[in-house]
Amino acid sequence: MSDAAAPRVRLGLVLLLAPALLWLVGLIVLPHLELAALSLRARVAPRVYELSLSQYRTFIDEPLYWHTFVRTAGISILATICTLLIAFPAAWYIAKLARGRAKSVLFVLCLIPFWVSETVRTLGWMILLRESGVLPRLLVDLGITVAPIEMLYHDATILVGLVYTSLLFMVVPLVGVLESLDDSLIEAAYDLGGNSWSILRQIVVPHAAPGIAAGSIVVFMLTLGNYLTPTLLGGKNSLWFTEQIYTQFITRFNWEQGAAFGFLLLVLSTAIVWLGLALTGQRFGDVMRRS
Amino acid sequence: MIPSLPRPPLSRYATGGYVAAFFVFLFVPLVVVAAFAFNDANYPAPPWRGFTLDWFLGGGSGRTGLFADGPLLKSVGTSVIVAAWVTLLSLFVGTANAFLLERARFRGKSALSLLMLAPLVIPGVILGISILAFASRLAQLADDIWGLELDFLRPGLPLVVAGQFSYIVSIATLTIAARLKRFDATLEEAALNLGASRAAVLWTVTLPFLRPALVGASALSFLMSFENFNTTLMLVGSDPPLTIMMYGRMREGASPVLNAVSLFLMVASALIALVLLRRPARDAGG
Repeated sequence: MSDAAAPRVRLGLVLLLAPALLWLVGLIVLPHLELAALSLRARVAPRVYELSLSQYRTFIDEPLYWHTFVRTAGISILATICTLLIAFPAAWYIAKLARGRAKSVLFVLCLIPFWVSETVRTLGWMILLRESGVLPRLLVDLGITVAPIEMLYHDATILVGLVYTSLLFMVVPLVGVLESLDDSLIEAAYDLGGNSWSILRQIVVPHAAPGIAAGSIVVFMLTLGNYLTPTLLGGKNSLWFTEQIYTQFITRFNWEQGAAFGFLLLVLSTAIVWLGLALTGQRFGDVMRRS
Repeated sequence: MIPSLPRPPLSRYATGGYVAAFFVFLFVPLVVVAAFAFNDANYPAPPWRGFTLDWFLGGGSGRTGLFADGPLLKSVGTSVIVAAWVTLLSLFVGTANAFLLERARFRGKSALSLLMLAPLVIPGVILGISILAFASRLAQLADDIWGLELDFLRPGLPLVVAGQFSYIVSIATLTIAARLKRFDATLEEAALNLGASRAAVLWTVTLPFLRPALVGASALSFLMSFENFNTTLMLVGSDPPLTIMMYGRMREGASPVLNAVSLFLMVASALIALVLLRRPARDAGG
């Protein structure tokens, strides 16, 4: 590189770096430092604050808060498992059984509902499940129940909504890994006396593990941070942790407490992502690119 | 299991039934939303009372259709404006980032590329509150030091744009960088050897090659911005975008006008989806 070109290259690098740094420092790093600082202070007098862990202590002392936290994590794990179990056979069908045009049509059909806003999908579930809705009505018409039953505002409803919203993020990586599995391996296992179950356990699942992990991580993360589905389908009983954050931040204007809750959610989410990657020995960048 | 192995008929039917049920599950909520946009009743619930276009065109007689519903239409406009800004910013910064990741060499590059993915694993609600808190801190500082009242740092559309941009640009970066990675650098060298200036090479060789990725990234950014809820909820001021508006109305009770606007959303996202699906197919070789 000639001497004359060097300063120009440096200038080019600076120009390219500027938007990236502005974005990452201004919208990601500094705001999170601010959030951390907020969560670690307590108000002792108007406009006077001191360093304190009292926001986190409140979280531990108040059963409602940590119950909600544990409950959110628990339902998220359950939703992730259900999503995997429901998506796997469908992904298998698309990757292995469907042929030619049917294959690509089915794959695109899987994607379509997820191009529609989550608000619209949730509206659909509300119309289907509420007491005056389609499904309770159908049950009465079929003579299964005497009067319409309220199917909204249960934990199971939240679970259905969350699984529905997450399916895409599981189906896509699963189809990806299952397509790369060579059929001859399955044939060989069959010829050697394997049955469906042992082939699934010893050939398919080990091969699909990266896709299963990638899908599960993304689904768990999105479920944990979801707000719309639990609040609308669960109503007042939803007790979802993001709702607590909203209440503290926006309704009660208690930013310190809200920031602490936000940090707890971030730590849980990051820990699970990290754990999932560590257990399956994958790199973060690869997983994000795959999904 | 696979077609080349013997499959008993029972397992065949079970598989077929499962896949059919799976797709019914996927599409029933959407079909229901679309159908009740045309039901001649004041509430989106069965039974079917006949076909009407009131929820689109209705003005008087106690039914406000979509095209007479001022606040709802305004929120659609707000969403479009926000999405346009987010798309523009994401495209610009995403392209710069792609060149940075694929072309530049500097210390700390791998750390930077990892940091660029971080917004994708931060829950949207937390992106929202952290930007809200930070902007409020900046506004406070500006007020204390210079006595300036900076309204754009208070909850409102500029913050909504910033919040959505903060993670959508990660996706734009990934999309554009993936395409730039496959670019054959000798093409640029050839153009330079033939006497083209750097700017001319960028404009006539590199950017045209990136075009499919740029179109794809725009469509994706626009869609994700239009549909964003979590981050927007925390940063919204007095003029709500469509998702926030719909959420508010869904909590109050339901009117089929929401079904009508949803139907429009479905058609619009289907059109954008077509753009996304068409592009890679045509440029599969590139």
